[in-house]
Amino acid sequence: MTTLTDPPKESFRLSMLIYDTRYRSMTIQVVAMIGFMILIGWLISNTAQNLQDLGKEPSFRFLSEPAGYDINQRLIDYDNQNTHLRAAVIGLLNTLLVAVMGCVTATILGVIIGVLRLSKNWLIAKLMTIYVETFRNVPVLLWIVFAMAVLIETLPAPRDFRGDNPEATMKVLDTVAVTNRGVYVPEPLFSNSLGDVHLFGASSFRFDISLDLIAFLVALGLGLFVRHKIKTRANRIQEATGVRPTTWYLSLAVVALPVLAVFVALGFHLGYPELKGFNFRGGIHMRNSLIALWLALSLYTAAFIAENVRAGILAISKGQTEAAAALGLRPKRIMSLVILPQALRVIIPPLISQYLNLTKNSSLAIAVGYMDLTGTLMGITLNQTGRELETVLLGMLIYLAISLGISVVMNWYNNRVKLVER
Amino acid sequence: MSDISFVRTEMLPQQEPPASSVGVIGWMRENLFSGWLNSVLTVISGLFIFSVVGSLLGWAWSPTWSATSLNECREIATGLGHEGHGACWGVIRDRWVQLLFGFYPPESYWRPILAFILLAVALAPVLFSDKVPGKLIYLTAAYPFIMPFLLWGGTIWGALSAAAGFVIGYFVYKAVEKAAGSLAAVISAVVAAVIWWLFLAAPVTGGLTAILPIGVEPVDSRNFGGMMLSITIGVVAIACSLPIGIVLALGRQSDLLIVKSLCVGFIEFIRGVPLITLLFVASTLLNIFMPPGTNFDIIMRVIIMATLFASAYMAEVIRGGLAALPKGQYEGADSLGLNYWQSQRLIIMPQALKISIPGIVSTFIGLFKDTTLVSVIGLLDPLGLSNAIRADSDWNGIVWELYGFIALMFFVFCFSMSRYSMYLERKLRTDHH
Repeated sequence: MTTLTDPPKESFRLSMLIYDTRYRSMTIQVVAMIGFMILIGWLISNTAQNLQDLGKEPSFRFLSEPAGYDINQRLIDYDNQNTHLRAAVIGLLNTLLVAVMGCVTATILGVIIGVLRLSKNWLIAKLMTIYVETFRNVPVLLWIVFAMAVLIETLPAPRDFRGDNPEATMKVLDTVAVTNRGVYVPEPLFSNSLGDVHLFGASSFRFDISLDLIAFLVALGLGLFVRHKIKTRANRIQEATGVRPTTWYLSLAVVALPVLAVFVALGFHLGYPELKGFNFRGGIHMRNSLIALWLALSLYTAAFIAENVRAGILAISKGQTEAAAALGLRPKRIMSLVILPQALRVIIPPLISQYLNLTKNSSLAIAVGYMDLTGTLMGITLNQTGRELETVLLGMLIYLAISLGISVVMNWYNNRVKLVER
Repeated sequence: MSDISFVRTEMLPQQEPPASSVGVIGWMRENLFSGWLNSVLTVISGLFIFSVVGSLLGWAWSPTWSATSLNECREIATGLGHEGHGACWGVIRDRWVQLLFGFYPPESYWRPILAFILLAVALAPVLFSDKVPGKLIYLTAAYPFIMPFLLWGGTIWGALSAAAGFVIGYFVYKAVEKAAGSLAAVISAVVAAVIWWLFLAAPVTGGLTAILPIGVEPVDSRNFGGMMLSITIGVVAIACSLPIGIVLALGRQSDLLIVKSLCVGFIEFIRGVPLITLLFVASTLLNIFMPPGTNFDIIMRVIIMATLFASAYMAEVIRGGLAALPKGQYEGADSLGLNYWQSQRLIIMPQALKISIPGIVSTFIGLFKDTTLVSVIGLLDPLGLSNAIRADSDWNGIVWELYGFIALMFFVFCFSMSRYSMYLERKLRTDHH
């Protein structure tokens, strides 16, 4: 006869902290935590000591002092009497502006190049390979300064546009002036403008929202909503009867008409740039620094995105193409209906990291004098106030927040389009 | 009535395929002109290539090698009849040595050259393990001490005493392991090595230098520049980031909550901020973080920050390799009775690192390209030097030749590395096709 007895209760001994796996993980964690705390404490005490020796006291009060420098490329109003915080906000908006512009252009270019690289046309495929390898293997900073040099050295000066027989003419039906001081494009103007809403009073975060823009967006949203309804109805009819009603003219009308109506009501017209004196006036002035940065970042990132797109398309098995062809789809529709939607799931995760890279690379704006967050907060503000600790840490935190924001949004999108697996 | 039915008794000779589907014409029909859209694309891109190559060649074909200033270039070009439209190659002939070595003393150029040749030799056992003798691995182990000695110069005892720390640590480990077990041995080895480096190495080095002053002319970090600086920062940062990256990747994979969150926090922080902000930290903040009186030189600080930057990316690459290993490998190692470190060392890491080699190479390419960012904080890498050269009154106004030359140097390095990583990917592929 056997009896089951509990193993004798071991009393806790100190050596069990190391040799007993139940406690060892706790020991390691506590040791790691203490080590980390000591490291942080050491860094902080060093910093405090050094700052005291330098006679500085960490404070963010400098943010509310007048900045005293000008920012020539900006989205919202600013002058050199505004605070350093306001300058940083302008810089942040500039960072976001070039990042968004770059991401959009890079995606479009990258998809086209990636698809063309797989083209059956030998010449096109080789040309795209050369593009990808050239842009991938040369530092982005070199591309940025190179783009800046191209803009400054090869484009005509504003004075070349003058005279009866000018050396340079305006592009796109005489509306866009491409000069070595930047590009002037027509700006949208409204003669019966609704005015602006001022938000955040007089604080450093104040900005104006144009009511015209809101009216336009509302009209567009309304149109898209109705179009969605029409599409659902068409789907329902198709499922019930097998015949899809023709809806394209209806869809077009419900999107275009409200927008047109808003434009007419507000008196929409374009303000064209004109040569006055030594320079162009009117229109939207995009400075060389912005254009160079935008071009270089988009072309550089497009090469990487093209590789991701190519890998994504190659990852879709050949059976899919063949099955689609057997269903009678034409090559273009095979690509758009069968291959790309599946490839998208493979492409999106690396695409997210390319967007993040582009946003981080936009900090190289400092090399061409574009006033982004690095140029304002970590550039001139740092030099003027001598607050290197506060400015650099604040700048890093803002970049971190942008990066995390992009990855949250893109991961949410990725989870939505991801194939649901069992 | 004759029998008119006809049966051929021998085979007809095989006919040649039609001329339009073989040879050059067939290839062109298939690959260039297979439809109207393709034909249009071919013609457009052909014209594009023709115009670009034509104008580039016209620009580059300009015998200005002997010129010593931009004005001289212009005179030569005008003399040849194409004014304003010719490259000025004199700047490359005049400054290529500077673009490679910066302001490194010319009589010591053999040192960086030797260091980089030795680097290639030291890397060979790692990169081409099947083609070189295994003994070379000793050179690989010694290289981390040879390289700083060659590049920065000074007394040889400094490098030797740094290496001696590892030797001391090894012997202490061996001695204690028999008496007190491996954990105590590791701890005491680390403690012994640290004590040696912090307290004993300096006086011993000083004494030995006084007795036997063997060494080479020391070179100040400020004189480092050009491609040499880029390669130095890139190689040192990648080499140092590999072990840190492995530790971080293991930490991120571990079950220990605190360790894991520390690793995740570090990795995500570094990956979330641009490298340029880390370089600002190197140039303005790092000395504030250190104990009062410490003064690193700027290249050291940049290397530290580049290492931290690369190790976060390296950790993600290695984590990918760890995640790609089938679970059976972990379970197999466990069932053999190996403990955590044994199974990592003997089973997991060799396979995970092999999988991640292409990723490691591309991290290196990325870091190598990113070393151009140091020009923003005032170091003289090729891009920083190009600004200095353009500010020179002789070469004021030079643009394309310099940028083209620098781009070509980077292209050669990065392209060959990426081809190597593709070769490795093919070589290491062990699945069947």
